Amino acid sequence: MLLKKVALAGAVAGLMGSTAFAADCGPSGKSVRILGSDFPAIQAVAGAAEANCAANAGEFTINLRDNTRDMMNQALTPNPAEYTSVIVANSTLTQLMNDDLVRPLDEYVAKYGQHLKPSQLITIGGKVMAVAFMANSQHLYSRTDILEQAGVEGIPATVEEIVAAAEKIRAAGIMEHPIVMNMKVGWNVGEIFNLFFFANGGELFKPGSAEPNVNSPEGIAALGTIKSLLEYSHPDHLSHASNETQGLWEAGKAAMAVMWGSRGGAVLDDEGSSDEVTSNTVLSAAPTAGGGSTPAATLWWDGVTVAKNIPDEDAEATFAALVSGLTSDLMEEHNDKAIWLIDGFQAGPAAAGVSATAAAGAKPYPMIPFINLMHNALGSELVDFYKGDESAEDALADVEAAYRTAAKEAGFLQ
Amino acid sequence: MKHRTFFWFILPTLSAMVLFIALPIVSVFIQSLFVQHEQVLVVSESCGPFGCVEETQVDTEATAKLREERPLGQFNGLATYFDRSHLASAEIAEVWRTSTGLPSFIDGIMDLKFYKALVFTLTYTFVVTPLVLIFGLAVAVGVNNLPKAFRGVAIFISLLPFLVATIVGSMILSWMVDGEGIIGATLQNIFNDPSLSIKASTPLMWIMLMVYGVWHTLPFAFITFYAGLQTVPQDTLEAARVDGANKWQTMISVVVPHLMPLVSFVTLMLLMDNFRVFEPLVSFQAEAHAQSLSTFIVSDLREAGNPLYASAGATSMLTILGVVILLTPVLIRTWRDFNAKVH
Repeated sequence: MLLKKVALAGAVAGLMGSTAFAADCGPSGKSVRILGSDFPAIQAVAGAAEANCAANAGEFTINLRDNTRDMMNQALTPNPAEYTSVIVANSTLTQLMNDDLVRPLDEYVAKYGQHLKPSQLITIGGKVMAVAFMANSQHLYSRTDILEQAGVEGIPATVEEIVAAAEKIRAAGIMEHPIVMNMKVGWNVGEIFNLFFFANGGELFKPGSAEPNVNSPEGIAALGTIKSLLEYSHPDHLSHASNETQGLWEAGKAAMAVMWGSRGGAVLDDEGSSDEVTSNTVLSAAPTAGGGSTPAATLWWDGVTVAKNIPDEDAEATFAALVSGLTSDLMEEHNDKAIWLIDGFQAGPAAAGVSATAAAGAKPYPMIPFINLMHNALGSELVDFYKGDESAEDALADVEAAYRTAAKEAGFLQ
Repeated sequence: MKHRTFFWFILPTLSAMVLFIALPIVSVFIQSLFVQHEQVLVVSESCGPFGCVEETQVDTEATAKLREERPLGQFNGLATYFDRSHLASAEIAEVWRTSTGLPSFIDGIMDLKFYKALVFTLTYTFVVTPLVLIFGLAVAVGVNNLPKAFRGVAIFISLLPFLVATIVGSMILSWMVDGEGIIGATLQNIFNDPSLSIKASTPLMWIMLMVYGVWHTLPFAFITFYAGLQTVPQDTLEAARVDGANKWQTMISVVVPHLMPLVSFVTLMLLMDNFRVFEPLVSFQAEAHAQSLSTFIVSDLREAGNPLYASAGATSMLTILGVVILLTPVLIRTWRDFNAKVH
């Protein structure tokens, strides 16, 4: 751990040396206050911005923490806002835009963003609202040694193949529960449904409206698909989120997993696991289901935004500082920490799963204002089905009813 | 004390209570009567690293204008209290109409999250509260009968569960009973059933939560009763002994009546706390099996991203109502005792 910190400090110092003089940090003496989630890629981006532009700014603070989505709207609502920038993902950009808390970035992009790729710009209704720097998605993790031992050929590509492989592993007496996935009640249960619903060709809402559309043949097929996987997954799955599934994987207690790509680096590194596990772990595209061709995954990006309720010059300095770090120099230092969208990224083994999933045509997580309400309804109402207390139809009808109640309160349905 | 003196004496406390307790409750109540304005939606193209799609967005300018005109939102009256997430009157009527008998009616009701949570919360409250009272008294009497030299150590050990923060204590226990934890894995070994899991079974989870609840709050009852035991009049005990009462009879006829005011006090506190059970549900990751009204408030305020204030407000008011209903019998009893003593 200490070594890691020393290495990080070294990397930051290195960045300082190489780019500090080249960076254009915008107006000087302004206040830059960044809020973001605490994981290595964001640490790298915020660290690079600080290294480049802290000297130019009057105030430079970085607050990286867990569960930023629970407080970011409250933090940006007052004028002036608590933070000048929040590092967001698809769903949290929607959440901020619902309350009109972020500003368009077009003029700043023209001035400071020459090195950004056009695909990094998140454009909504013709205005740039965020600049993405990394991609993420769920995909398959497999243990090749265990699959081989059970007589499975190759890496499974469909849910049906995963289930067949799991049955072989169980029959061979190697593992009783070879599959793990993030099924913790709440957000994760909702997200797993999204994956397999999209893979089965579903659309969450009726086109052009906020009317729910999950109680459909695709919804029932999705639940069937998930149930077939849960047959072979750890009995405690309804309490498993990323930390638990990663732990089980690193402890060698699983042979196939649907986990986030952003965990790839941590799974494959030499910490927290044995060589037997890491050297046999292969990251591949998310599986398809029910004969479809769409992978069971949602594509995510993480990117920088600038708050609306702050002085214009603070906003300019904040944007300049953050994008000054999104360069090929950052890539050189932190290549394996994320699936970067920045120019010059070399995809390593940790990025293989996300790249393959995106290439296979997975859908981006929808940026619809009422998506969070649907996601919550899915996360709480499907549990009865997974516990075996309710049929798929009843559970999906409950989801729609719960969503309607919340959407009415939020003003999306009348 | 004269009424006038009493008034000045109580004024600072009273004003703090109005400011920090009564006014916030009123504000929560007002908030619960309003829902958000109808959102003005526009469809526009959104592009990113994964291509472009047509997506709906909120027309923020139009919505902001609506908000400025009426900042509280649309008046919704008590409708939020009766929607599906709360008292669900329409849904209950529907269940009543379509149910084929009592079991199917109960099944239908249990599908509504408010009632499901209420059943758990009430079960929890009415199992944990009496157990804590009984065991608390038992431990207090036990410690009181120890030789003086051991009492200090015994008190310290008995207080430990209370000293450990709820979230920490339940987290540790949660890891131990996990399928991969020491207790969970041992159980699987003993019963030779790798699918056996406390976290996967609703009845086991409920038992787990209640055992934890008793373990954690027991010291509160214990220390209160222990303090009370020091004030039991020795004369009465002596008299009971002379009359030939055995230890058990003395306990029931002398000690317990003497401690009754404390029992009322502890009961009040336990009822209030248990009805709002929250931390254990979070640390045990028990959301699949047990929810309480408190977890709903948190999920309305946090999980939704853009908070559902009306829903959270309504749940808060219903929680307060629930606590009031639970406490009424105890309060009436205390009031009667008080009057009996005065006259």
